[in-house]
Amino acid sequence: MSILIDENTNFIIQGITGREAVTMAKELLDYGSKLVGGVTPGRKGREVHGVPVEDTVRAFTNSQSIGASIISVPPAFAADAVNEAIEAGIKLLVVVTERIPRKQVAQFVEYAQQEEVRLIGPNCLGIISPGKSKLGGVGGALESCEQAFQPGSIGVMSRSGGMTTEIANSLSESGLGISTAISIGGDAIIGSTYAELMPLFDADPETKGIAIYSEPGGRAEYELAEYMESSGSKLPVVAFMAGRFMDEMPGMRFGHAGTIVEGKADTTSEKIAKLSDSGIAVAEKIEDIPVLLKQRIR
Amino acid sequence: MRFYEYEAKEVLKKYSIPLPKSLFVKDSDSAFNAAQNLSTDVVIKSQVLSGGRMKAGGIDFANSPEEVKEKSRIILELEINGLLPVGILIEEKKKITQEYFAAVTYDGRAKKPVIIFSDMGGIDIEEVANSHPEHLSRTHFSAARPFSPFTAKNAVAAVGVTGRELNQLSAIVTNLCNLFLERDLTLAEINPIGKLEDGSIIALDCHLDMESEARNTHSALLAEIGVPEEDNRQSRPPTQFEIDAANVDAADTRGVAGNLTEFDGNLGLIIGAGGGSLTLFDAVRAAGGKPANYCEIGGNPSVAKAANLTKLICSQPKVDKVAVMMNVVSNTRVDIVARGVIKGCIEAGFDPAEKIAIFRIPGSWEEEGFALLERYGVDYVDRSVSMHEAAQRAVEKMKGI
Amino acid sequence: MPAMFISIAIEDSVHKDQELCNRLVSMCPVDIFEISEKSQLITVEENLDECTLCNLCIEASSDEQIKIEKLYRSDSN
Ligand code: SF4
Repeated sequence: MSILIDENTNFIIQGITGREAVTMAKELLDYGSKLVGGVTPGRKGREVHGVPVEDTVRAFTNSQSIGASIISVPPAFAADAVNEAIEAGIKLLVVVTERIPRKQVAQFVEYAQQEEVRLIGPNCLGIISPGKSKLGGVGGALESCEQAFQPGSIGVMSRSGGMTTEIANSLSESGLGISTAISIGGDAIIGSTYAELMPLFDADPETKGIAIYSEPGGRAEYELAEYMESSGSKLPVVAFMAGRFMDEMPGMRFGHAGTIVEGKADTTSEKIAKLSDSGIAVAEKIEDIPVLLKQRIR
Repeated sequence: MRFYEYEAKEVLKKYSIPLPKSLFVKDSDSAFNAAQNLSTDVVIKSQVLSGGRMKAGGIDFANSPEEVKEKSRIILELEINGLLPVGILIEEKKKITQEYFAAVTYDGRAKKPVIIFSDMGGIDIEEVANSHPEHLSRTHFSAARPFSPFTAKNAVAAVGVTGRELNQLSAIVTNLCNLFLERDLTLAEINPIGKLEDGSIIALDCHLDMESEARNTHSALLAEIGVPEEDNRQSRPPTQFEIDAANVDAADTRGVAGNLTEFDGNLGLIIGAGGGSLTLFDAVRAAGGKPANYCEIGGNPSVAKAANLTKLICSQPKVDKVAVMMNVVSNTRVDIVARGVIKGCIEAGFDPAEKIAIFRIPGSWEEEGFALLERYGVDYVDRSVSMHEAAQRAVEKMKGI
Repeated sequence: MPAMFISIAIEDSVHKDQELCNRLVSMCPVDIFEISEKSQLITVEENLDECTLCNLCIEASSDEQIKIEKLYRSDSN
C-alpha cells in the first residue's frame, strides 16, 4: 500500500501552462500518474501534453470527481488558487509555490482544516508512491526518478525537496525502497507536519520504518517527538538533521524560509536531544539512514 | 527583515501605541541638541540589530545635555556583536512602576498567530515561561478573520490583570495585532511595556520583523520610515564577496546561483540547493574542511549564471580549490551546471582539473555532464558516492596546500 | 569569450526559407538564432553555450539543415 495517493488518484494542475508546470506535467504523465487536466484562466481549450486546459477548477469538478490538485502558480495568485480548489471540493492539495507570505499561508491552511482538506506544502516538491503515482516535481524525469524511488517499505518525510530524492536514493540502493515519500515543504507554516502525517504511515501495513529530513527553526521535530512518546507508534524513525553549523549563527537565514535560529529551541543540538529522548535515531550521514533503519526493523 | 528600534517606534506610532518622546540622531552634537529639546533625564540607546544592548553597554542614562553628548560619543563607537550602531535614540526617561511583555508571532504548530503576554516584562521571557508559567499567557487567533479585540482582552486577563490596566493593555495589544496582520510581520514584540506613576501605559522598547517576501507590498511604509530597498538586514552587514554574489544572482532570472555567505576558510563551495547546501556545508566541516563560503544553486540556473558565480568564488584570493556538490537533482541539469563551473573556472584563469576538487552532482542529464567533465579532466563522482563521502574527498585534496 | 561547448552549423538552404528562419528564432528557448542585417540566419555567440540540446530546431528543419556539435564530445583540439 501507500499513503495519500495511489495509481487511482486522478488530479489536475492549477497553473499548468507555466514553464515549470509544463515540464512537470510531462514528467507526471511519463510516470503514469493520472493527470486529467489543468487550469489557467483564459486558456480554456488549449492542451498541455495532451491534457485539456480549463479556465476554472469547477469546470472539472462539475462533471467528475477529482482526487487532488497541484498548485503551481506565482506566489501572488497562490492563496486564491488554494481557495478555489477547496471551494470546488477537492480534498488533497499539493502547493508547490514558494515565497507565499506567511499570513496568506495561515489563512488558507485554516480554511483547509475547516473543510477537512489535506494540504501538503507550500514550497514543496510533492508526493510520490513509487510504482503507482506521483504528484509534483519530486524525483524529476522518469529514468532518474525510478532509479531513486524504488517501491519498498520506508516512508519518507522531508522539509527539503531535493533531499527527499537524495534520501530516497540511499534507501533504494540499500534495497529497502520507499512506500510513500512526501516533500512536506520548507516554510514556517506548512499544511501537514511530520506528526500529522505519522498516523497515516502507522495505519499503512506496508510501511515498516520512517526516514525524516529536518533543519533548524520551527517546532515540527518536537511535535514529532511528542507524538512518538504518546501515540504508541511501533514504526522505527530515523532522522537526519542538516544545518548544524547554524547553531553558531543566530539570526541568519539559510536555505528555506523556515530555517533560522532565533531561540535555543530552534537549534539542531536541542532538536537532536529531544528526538533522541523520544527514541528516534539520529543519523550523522545520509548513508547511515538505511543502516539504522535495518537495525531497527523487526 | 528586522526594524531598528527607532523605525519600529515610528510604525507603532502609526498604530496609536503610546510611546515616550524620542529623537533619532547620528552624531553626538545632534544628541546634545536632542537632549535640550526633550527633558533633563534621558536614555541613550544604541541602534543596532542585536539583542543584549544593555549588557553590552549600548544603553546608558544621562541627566544633562553635556553628559548626553559625552556618553553618545562612546555608544556611537561601541560595537555590539560585531555591529556598529547606525545611530542612537535619545529618549525621555520615565519612572516605571510595573513592566509587561506583549508579543505576536506565528506558531508553526498551531499554524495560527499567537499573542504571548506577561505581567513580568523586562526580563527574558523564556525565563518567565520556565519559572513563572502562571504569569504568561498564550492566546491563538485566526489570521483569516478580522481581529477582534476580545482576544487581546483574554490574553491580558489570563495573567490576572484587571481594572484600568486591563483596558489600557488590551487596547495596546489589539493595535499590535492589527499592525502584525496588516503589515505582514512575523514578529511584533513590545518589551517592556511600562506603567508610569500616573497610571498611563507606554511602549518602552520593541522588536518588529517584517516578512522579506512582503516588502514590496509595504514599500510605501518602508519609504516613509526611510528603509533603503537594498538593505537586507541580516544580522551583520554584507561583505563585498556577498554583495558581488547577490549581483550575480540578480543579474539573471534563470534559476538561483547566490545566497552566498562568506566564511574565513580556503575551500570554495558551489553547492545546492536549500537542504543540500545545509547538508553539504555540515559535511565539509565534519570532515575537517574550512569553507570559504556557503551558497545555493538550484532551479536550473543558466550556464552564464553558474559561470559567473564560479568565477567570483574562484577569484577570491583565499580560495585554493572549489568543491561542486549537490543532492541528486531533478529540475537542475547536471550538464548545464558542469558547463557553467568549467567556464567560470577558465574565465577566472584556472585549470578546472586543478581548481575543482570534486564534482558531485548526480541526476538529470548526468551522462552528458559527466562526458563534459571527463573532457576537461575534472574529478567527478556519481550518486553511488554519498554527499558526505564527496565532501570528505574534497577536504582530503586540500591537504598539502 | 567564444563558445566552448556547443557549435551550430546552419546549412545554406536554411537562409532561403525566410519562414523557417523566423520560426527558429522564436522557437529556441535560449535565443541562439537571430537574423543578420543581410537577412541571413546566424547564431548568437554568447548564447551558444546555453543550448539545452532540446532538439526543437532540428525537429523543425529537415535533414541536417541545422547541425549541433558538442565540442566536448569531439576529438578536436
Ligand atoms: S537544440 Fe534547442 S536550445 Fe539548442 S539551439 Fe536548438 S532550439 Fe536552441
